[in-house]
Amino acid sequence: MSVAPPKSPPPPTKPTPARTEAPKPRREDQQSKAFWIALALPGIIWLILLFIVPFYAVLGIAEGQLNRLTEAPIAQYNPLHWSSSNVINVYHDLIGATAFAAPIALRTLAYVVVASLLCLVLGYPAAYFVARFAGRRKGIFLVLLIAPFWISYMMRMLAWIDLLQVNGYVNKALSTLHITSASSPINWLGGKPLTVILGLVYGYIPYLILVLYAGLDRIDPSLIEAGRDLGLGRARTFLRVTLPLSRQPILTGLLITVLPMLGDYYTNQLLSGAPNTSMIGNLIEGQLGTPGLQGQGAVLSLLLLLILIVPMIYYVIATNRSSREAT
Amino acid sequence: MTATGATTEVTAQAGDDAQPRAARLRPWRNPWRKPWLLESFTWLYLIWSLVPIALAVLFSFNNGKSQAVWQGFSWRWYFTDPVNSVWHNPALHAAVIQTVRLSVYTTIIAVPLGVAFALGINRWRGYTSSTFNFVMILSFVVPELIFGVAMFFVFTVLFSFVHLGTLAETLGLVTWNVSWPAIIVQARLVTIGRQYEEAAADLGATQFQAIRKVLLPLLTPAIFASAVLVFSSVIDDFVIVDLLSSNAGNTPMSVYIYAQQHGGNGGPALNALGTIMLVLSLVIVIIGYIGYRIMTRGERGDRKQALATIAGADYG
Repeated sequence: MSVAPPKSPPPPTKPTPARTEAPKPRREDQQSKAFWIALALPGIIWLILLFIVPFYAVLGIAEGQLNRLTEAPIAQYNPLHWSSSNVINVYHDLIGATAFAAPIALRTLAYVVVASLLCLVLGYPAAYFVARFAGRRKGIFLVLLIAPFWISYMMRMLAWIDLLQVNGYVNKALSTLHITSASSPINWLGGKPLTVILGLVYGYIPYLILVLYAGLDRIDPSLIEAGRDLGLGRARTFLRVTLPLSRQPILTGLLITVLPMLGDYYTNQLLSGAPNTSMIGNLIEGQLGTPGLQGQGAVLSLLLLLILIVPMIYYVIATNRSSREAT
Repeated sequence: MTATGATTEVTAQAGDDAQPRAARLRPWRNPWRKPWLLESFTWLYLIWSLVPIALAVLFSFNNGKSQAVWQGFSWRWYFTDPVNSVWHNPALHAAVIQTVRLSVYTTIIAVPLGVAFALGINRWRGYTSSTFNFVMILSFVVPELIFGVAMFFVFTVLFSFVHLGTLAETLGLVTWNVSWPAIIVQARLVTIGRQYEEAAADLGATQFQAIRKVLLPLLTPAIFASAVLVFSSVIDDFVIVDLLSSNAGNTPMSVYIYAQQHGGNGGPALNALGTIMLVLSLVIVIIGYIGYRIMTRGERGDRKQALATIAGADYG
């Protein structure tokens, strides 16, 4: 490496000064505090070195320059020497006459919105049924509902690759039902947006269902019964009581599907592989593997992080609150 | 319910005054009727969600090269094929071994790290501790691709003495998964409260003894559940290991399946690999579930609770 690695920021290991509101901190208390700090320290150092520093490294590369000879990125960790060449390149990719990335970003947005809403529409009734009506069969329903959660994503994609082959079962079923003719089967895996959205829904719905189930299961059934007792019909009880009570799980569930979907680059590669369905994740992953473009990949992933930081923090606060309410 | 059905029911229960009239006449107004529509929807959903996987498992036993046309049952993609079976193809079984190796390494490092972190952060209340707790939770929600990009750059540019490969994969996976034990153990600490520890201290136990003899046994189910979660999520992990693997020797199963299928080399051998991943995960989860049930014997909470915990449903 041509650039000397910078000094990583010194870990803030200074023990916080003992609180003064107590009349006199006893020696045992201070000892025990030091003990707890020592216990947390390895994890803290780990997070600094392998979570905070890496993001600073991405920033350094995003704001750094390119070694013209080797096409390797040169990181620049000193903010005073930051170069904006990568940022300008990404800006021109996204906005302007030669903006090839803008359609990709819009497509990503469209796929993610459609897929996550489909996840909700399919997942909510199932999670609601299991949480509220499954009765004694709840255990078995729950196992079936969250089984895909434990099955590898790749295996679940393989399942649809098998079914959607030109001579696969989906085309056979369609031609048996005379929806398509047997002589011209549909090439599902050849760059169909529909297939990619199906893959995204199928891939991420278990996470949404798990969150929805956990949230809906916490709703006190007596509240719903009260709604019925007070004369609301089924539909209105649902709209006035159940739905407002499940707002929180719906939001966190959507977040838990939307966040990884935005960084997805493998679903569409497996189920379509065509450039007309590529998403922002493909762009970043592709730039990472292309010498000379790594700096732009860094900018793009930081940009994505910047956009997502607000929903991420919302998610953290929301789950914190709901877990405090639960205990 | 059809009209005739309703009439027969009415005549059959003519003397039953407890039956509300409205419900008898208009079954759809009965608040306690079974939600047939919802139940059939749930079944349809379950079929859609599970049957494709069952078929993919079935095709790993296909006696032919097709992933779409059934050509009879065989074990050829597991053992019998001398070249392309998981057993005989070095790339395939290297992938199996790498997955297991990464899961073991990551669990061994991440669980103690996360448990100690949770204990320390939970008891050392201060500005620094809550800041780092927040950082830890951020590592739980940051999209995996963005995290993977950061890991890729840190190991190729900054800490380039850690080359891409098993070490980089393990370091990345530990950081990604350390939040499981940290979050689950903290949640458990909140429910335990401090009274047991204080009782131990009153009875003369030192800090260390109180942790070892009182707190750790109480935390065992949570630690165990988080180990199960870490292990099984490493088996299924894709993005981090995809970005941090460098050659065939350190490619785990998920990356191998992706690379081959994407490269046009699909075939039932990949289904066999996927099935092995599935069985591995299921074994871990079943061990986890049974173990968790045994450890939490005599506590409140039931089977469903154990299941939700093992699935990580009550994270945070």
